[in-house]
Amino acid sequence: MNRARIEKFYYLMKLGREFELKAKEHYMLGDIAGFLHLDIGQEAVSVGTMQAFDKGDVFTHYREHVLAIARGMEPKKIMAELFGKKTGISKGKGGSMHLFEPRLNFYGGDAIVAGHLPMAVGCAYARKLQNEKAGVFAIFGDGASNAGAFFESINIASAWKLPLMFFAENNYYAIGTHISWVSPFVDLKEKARNYMPTFTCDGMDVCDVYNTVIKAKEIIENGLGPVFIEAKTYRYEGHSMSDAGKYRSEEEMEIFKRKDPIENLKKKAIKLGLVDEEYFNALDAKVEQVINEAVEFAANSPEPEIEEAFEDVFCKECENAIS
Amino acid sequence: MLYREALNKAIDECMENDESVVILGEDVGRYGGSYRVTEGLISKYGEKRVIDTPIAELSIVGNAIGMAIAGLRPIAEIMTVNFSLLAMDQIINHASKLRYMSGGKMTIPLVVRMPGGVSRQLAAQHSESYETLYASIPGLIVLTASNATYAYNALKWAIKSNDPVIFLEHELLYPMEMDFKEVKDFNPFRAEIVKEGKDLTILTYLKMRYDVIEAEKELKKAGIDAEIIDLNSLRPLDIDTIAKSIKKTKKCVIVEEDHKTGGMGAEVVSQIMENCFYDLDAPVLRIAGEDVPIPYNRKLELSTIPTPDKIVSKILDWKAKNGI
Ligand SMILES: Cc1ncc(C[n+]2csc(CCOP(=O)(O)OP(=O)(O)O)c2C)c(N)n1
Ligand SMILES: [Mg+2]
Repeated sequence: MNRARIEKFYYLMKLGREFELKAKEHYMLGDIAGFLHLDIGQEAVSVGTMQAFDKGDVFTHYREHVLAIARGMEPKKIMAELFGKKTGISKGKGGSMHLFEPRLNFYGGDAIVAGHLPMAVGCAYARKLQNEKAGVFAIFGDGASNAGAFFESINIASAWKLPLMFFAENNYYAIGTHISWVSPFVDLKEKARNYMPTFTCDGMDVCDVYNTVIKAKEIIENGLGPVFIEAKTYRYEGHSMSDAGKYRSEEEMEIFKRKDPIENLKKKAIKLGLVDEEYFNALDAKVEQVINEAVEFAANSPEPEIEEAFEDVFCKECENAIS
Repeated sequence: MLYREALNKAIDECMENDESVVILGEDVGRYGGSYRVTEGLISKYGEKRVIDTPIAELSIVGNAIGMAIAGLRPIAEIMTVNFSLLAMDQIINHASKLRYMSGGKMTIPLVVRMPGGVSRQLAAQHSESYETLYASIPGLIVLTASNATYAYNALKWAIKSNDPVIFLEHELLYPMEMDFKEVKDFNPFRAEIVKEGKDLTILTYLKMRYDVIEAEKELKKAGIDAEIIDLNSLRPLDIDTIAKSIKKTKKCVIVEEDHKTGGMGAEVVSQIMENCFYDLDAPVLRIAGEDVPIPYNRKLELSTIPTPDKIVSKILDWKAKNGI
């Protein structure tokens, strides 16, 4: 742990947390609608992975605000997307679940569970063909690890030695279904260990997530085929804003809240004497400013024009040829 | 009674009366169903008959077919129509064909229930109406439940039926309070005349029924006496009821939420051309979803599907254009 790294980790996790708390607030106010899946509690995974896997391609699911922020997407463009505005990262057409930025090699934002995994495999195939060493990162939930697409993907990636990092974000629940009810393993790495090297890390500890991804990344960069990492973590909120999350006990929640990734990083850094409380207060102030600007930007941005509903179905060349 | 309660009542009664009825799907048991349709069933019938599955739609339907082969009467719940695309192989290559390709020896008493349609800003991967994908397949029965009475009676019929039924619901209907009636010897294949009229036939189904009812109030003010027909069954289609109405009104409009190209209206219009061509005073008007994926922004979202206002203005424009 060093000062620069702590700063990065803390700042991004806090930014993610505050971003989502604001998003939740504006959902209640009616500025945001549809499905809003919050990452609160799981920030160490989003930030640790993206800080370590900083090149390559990223495929993710619908719970992706913090991952997108950690990848470098501007919070104000994400907030504007949540508000359904023209200035949003997907022009207000995708919403919370569909954040895309190919310039950052960030390909969604897929809301079909496990639907992004076969695409990640294809992308990894192409990267191998193109001699790109950085490879592909695909993150998915415990629920997704039960889907056929997941098993097909680990098989193909392993058979063809593709540069692909499977990252299982195990928060134990797929909406209201506990992983133990529908899978013979709660430890998801059991599903992959005959196919590729597997790693586990503490999904509530950003440093552990970071270090594990760095270690696993070497295998990919050396062309040795795919890897599988599992992080156990916990979402503090319901599955989405339309779920109260009543199926989980207070005690279970407390176990994880005691391990809160943001609070614990702060405590650890102060205890090690690397930085003091003041240092974090300054970062918090910076976060607050960025979030306020993001909300202001989103609120003041224009709505898309009706015509835009009919654009982007095809590329301009095709549109012209058709019309 | 709430629409979702009518569905629950139908399932509950079938499970009560017949031990071979089981229900399986994501979050149907302990969670109580993502739209609360299956609420309370697990405490009554236990987790062996109310089965929480993993997120594996192909298996949900495939397993249900296997259960049906073994003599159970499974109800497979798919959380949203979009996800049923993952199960299409089992539905189309297997469920719809087993009886036929076995020379009639196989029997698949299966119901696949799923909600679809534009709810509120759920965006492109959660808002589709894919009824024609199923309604174009021989060997499937495709029913749409727009109201509590049909939902209850038709679902009970479907569970007792010995052939695969695709049972389509709509996400916006679940919390709606509706009239409810138990009907003896219910026939799910009959279209419903929601309102009689003499000037114009409006065909519709699922949630669009309510938009059409809204629109009709405005049409009435404009002096148009419209007949509203809810198709109910999309496969087979009750062309007799449609034809009888068109014979009277000479004019027909179809209002549907799915995409216009290849949508349900396309098939309905084809059957009208074959059966009612000489009765018509004007070309049939299709008011349908636009041919674009569904966008997130509310204003854009509404611009891609019919609304009461749009239904009224499109009908008035069409009447003016055709001099009718
Ligand atoms: C194919 C498919 N089936 C069902 C759903 C509905 N659904 C959305 S998220 C979800 C749970 C996913 O759980 P998990 O993979 O553990 O991710 P988490 O939400 O916990 O991050 C379900 C069932 C879907 N989006 N796609
Ligand atoms: Mg999960």
